[in-house]
Amino acid sequence: MPINLIGVEPLYKELNHNTTLSLVRFLLQGGVLMNTGIRSKLAKPVDLKNLREMLKDRLDPKKQRLVVCGDTGCSVCGSRELAPAIEEVLQERGLAGSVELKVTGCLGFCEKGPLVLVFPGAVFYQQVQAEDAAEIVEKTVLRGEIVDRLLYTDPADGRKITCAYDIPFYKLQTRTLLETGWYINPLDIDDYIARGGYAALAKVLDGMPPEAVIAEIKEADLRGRGGAGFPTGLKWEFCRAAAGNEKYILCNADEGDPGAFMDRSLLEGNPHAVLEGIIIAAYAVGAKEGIIYIRIEYPTAVLKIEQAVRQARELGLLGKNILGSGFDFEVIISKGAGAFVCGEETALIRAAEGKVGEPRQKPPFPANAGFRGMPTVINNVETFVNVPLIINRGAAAYHETGTESSGGTKIFCLVGKINNSGLVEVPFGTTLRQIIFGIGGGIKNGKRFKAVQTGGPSGGCLPEEMLDLKVDFKDLAQAGSIMGSGGMIVMDEDTCVVDLARYFLQFLKSESCGKCFSCRVGIQRMLEIYDRLTTGSASIEDLDLLEELAVTVKDTSMCGLGQTSANPVLSTLRYFRDEYLAHVRDKRCPAGVCRSLFRYSIDQDSCIGCGSCAEQCHAGAIVEMEEGCYSINPELCTRCGACVEACVSDAITKG
Amino acid sequence: MSKQLTDVEDVLEGAVKKHGLSVVPLLQEIQEHFRYLPEEVLRMLSRKTGIPLIDIYHAATFYNSLSLTPRARHQISVCAGTTCHIRGGGKLIEEIFQLLGIRPGEITSDGEFMLETVNCLGCCAFAPAMVVDGKYYGNLNPGEVREILNALRKKAVS
Repeated sequence: MPINLIGVEPLYKELNHNTTLSLVRFLLQGGVLMNTGIRSKLAKPVDLKNLREMLKDRLDPKKQRLVVCGDTGCSVCGSRELAPAIEEVLQERGLAGSVELKVTGCLGFCEKGPLVLVFPGAVFYQQVQAEDAAEIVEKTVLRGEIVDRLLYTDPADGRKITCAYDIPFYKLQTRTLLETGWYINPLDIDDYIARGGYAALAKVLDGMPPEAVIAEIKEADLRGRGGAGFPTGLKWEFCRAAAGNEKYILCNADEGDPGAFMDRSLLEGNPHAVLEGIIIAAYAVGAKEGIIYIRIEYPTAVLKIEQAVRQARELGLLGKNILGSGFDFEVIISKGAGAFVCGEETALIRAAEGKVGEPRQKPPFPANAGFRGMPTVINNVETFVNVPLIINRGAAAYHETGTESSGGTKIFCLVGKINNSGLVEVPFGTTLRQIIFGIGGGIKNGKRFKAVQTGGPSGGCLPEEMLDLKVDFKDLAQAGSIMGSGGMIVMDEDTCVVDLARYFLQFLKSESCGKCFSCRVGIQRMLEIYDRLTTGSASIEDLDLLEELAVTVKDTSMCGLGQTSANPVLSTLRYFRDEYLAHVRDKRCPAGVCRSLFRYSIDQDSCIGCGSCAEQCHAGAIVEMEEGCYSINPELCTRCGACVEACVSDAITKG
Repeated sequence: MSKQLTDVEDVLEGAVKKHGLSVVPLLQEIQEHFRYLPEEVLRMLSRKTGIPLIDIYHAATFYNSLSLTPRARHQISVCAGTTCHIRGGGKLIEEIFQLLGIRPGEITSDGEFMLETVNCLGCCAFAPAMVVDGKYYGNLNPGEVREILNALRKKAVS
């Protein structure tokens, strides 16, 4: 029974009690206070402008600033200890007033965390631990010297790189949505406003008719970033045209794909941008209320978006008569309890209403009958973040990036067997090769690229010959995969695609709501075939049956979950048929993953007879035949691989 | 016992006041309080609100973060996300089975450890990963898992 937890229960438990404070303290390191005092509301657009003017010293490029990544990844490897250590050093040296310390959202290059940026100059330090705090302050902040050992080394030429912007991982990206996150404290609305935040909202409310807003979004060719890629402007237009005065905006922040954390990073790194997009959408379609449906398992994101809503309300950017325009809008936050199928919009509506999130038949579409049966626009977090950008820059300038049919950039979680794991942003139309081998730096440990999986569990696996495919909704679909929300999982030669397809089906089986027979039973039957495939008992006819089942499930399921569940099956059958045949005909798993289909043995020539493999083996399968000569009993061996890890002379082989 | 029952009454009263008849927020509130969804409390909720028990059960078993089973003292959550899967997350689960004799969803007979898998912990750069009692561990191999859990077991004994 998998559960969708990010903070996992103990942390979640903590969050509800006394440790909320310690988390907030960590996120607020550097003495920035929460705006909890009463602030005067901004009554007209010019008030916002004046406030920004007052805050302009926050943009001072000469100001000394230390930025510590506070995202989950960097927290795991030490930034939670690092930020307090830096603060302590700053205080000891009497620098707390002059040098700013910011704990931000994800800085992107998760592989090298914990990350620290030192401004001015965007000096990039990687894998920084609390012990390094004093040296960074002492050398870089006080004397402008570089701490050489913490710099990034370009594996291509062994050169050390000082400035973040010169590192290929960042240099090859187009970071329009993610860039702001480097400069703002997500819990401080003033940081966002100083950098132009809510300017788009002011522009819209200051005389831009709702129809003009919609026209702008349409012209920008903004497509929904949640997966299906439906044109956002069109969705808004349908909802605006729908009958009735009670309309809703529903923000889908129920990110459930394994291996995808774009939305979480945006919510944690720049929550006000999400909120601003939602308010503009509400103005465009004529909604008075919005709901942010967010996973309860993202405790930090929940905390940050709640804070953002509170602060926006305080400043009069939410509530009655926003910026004196006569436009009223409120947002409530609804916490999701974890179900993958709730990513489907009709299921999401039910879940947001506090019910069981099962999908229903369309039409009617949510634009006509959505939340509480009323016209509703549902967009995903990343889509909303694009909205202020389009309004500020203008559709034409925005659309200079991207392809003809999809404007702008897309954020991907580039993970798997890749050198540079992390959060990357590229224009639509960038090739898979550029992302994986350019930004991603290629495959880990010099292995060979095998496949890339896009679009989460319902996506497809694309092989090497598809690497020059341009990333775009249409092109990916033609190739048998989907854009999905932006997971991109890279696999090397040690990954078995049959096992992988089985893994996705297992996931989809447990997440299928069970309403449609074809999805409920079809996935189960496919899974049974995979059980035979991975244990060497499948027949050649099974492959035909598998294909037939997949097509049937695809054609006859009601919602997106069932319709796309065939993608991992069909795409791997299409591109990796040989690997399937090896499992069926030769009873062999070429990647050495399916445990019934390979054996471990000890190569006596390389073995040095140390016995560490035997020590590690729980199954007692490794025995010393004569002194210094070990052998593995295949009957007892569970193929756990512990011996391989233990072996110092690479003497254990798979075959 | 009577004091406990009043407590339960209070929790239910507060939850209903806040969420009306919205079943999922009600259950989230109950779980927040009891750390799981005790059957008795769900029966009381049904009697109190008139929401059929079957609907409550439906919601409680539909969502992954709602749990009908009590928690153990140590909560182990192994990431079963795609990246962790291809980087050897399965071996961690295997190791825990060897060590504690529990599969995902099970609790050790002494009530000390519970193992769960989670769909994604969102720290794929450090795959395979697991969380034990709220603490994250990344880039794990089976040997490290054994060390972490043995340390906890030792603590429990001493």
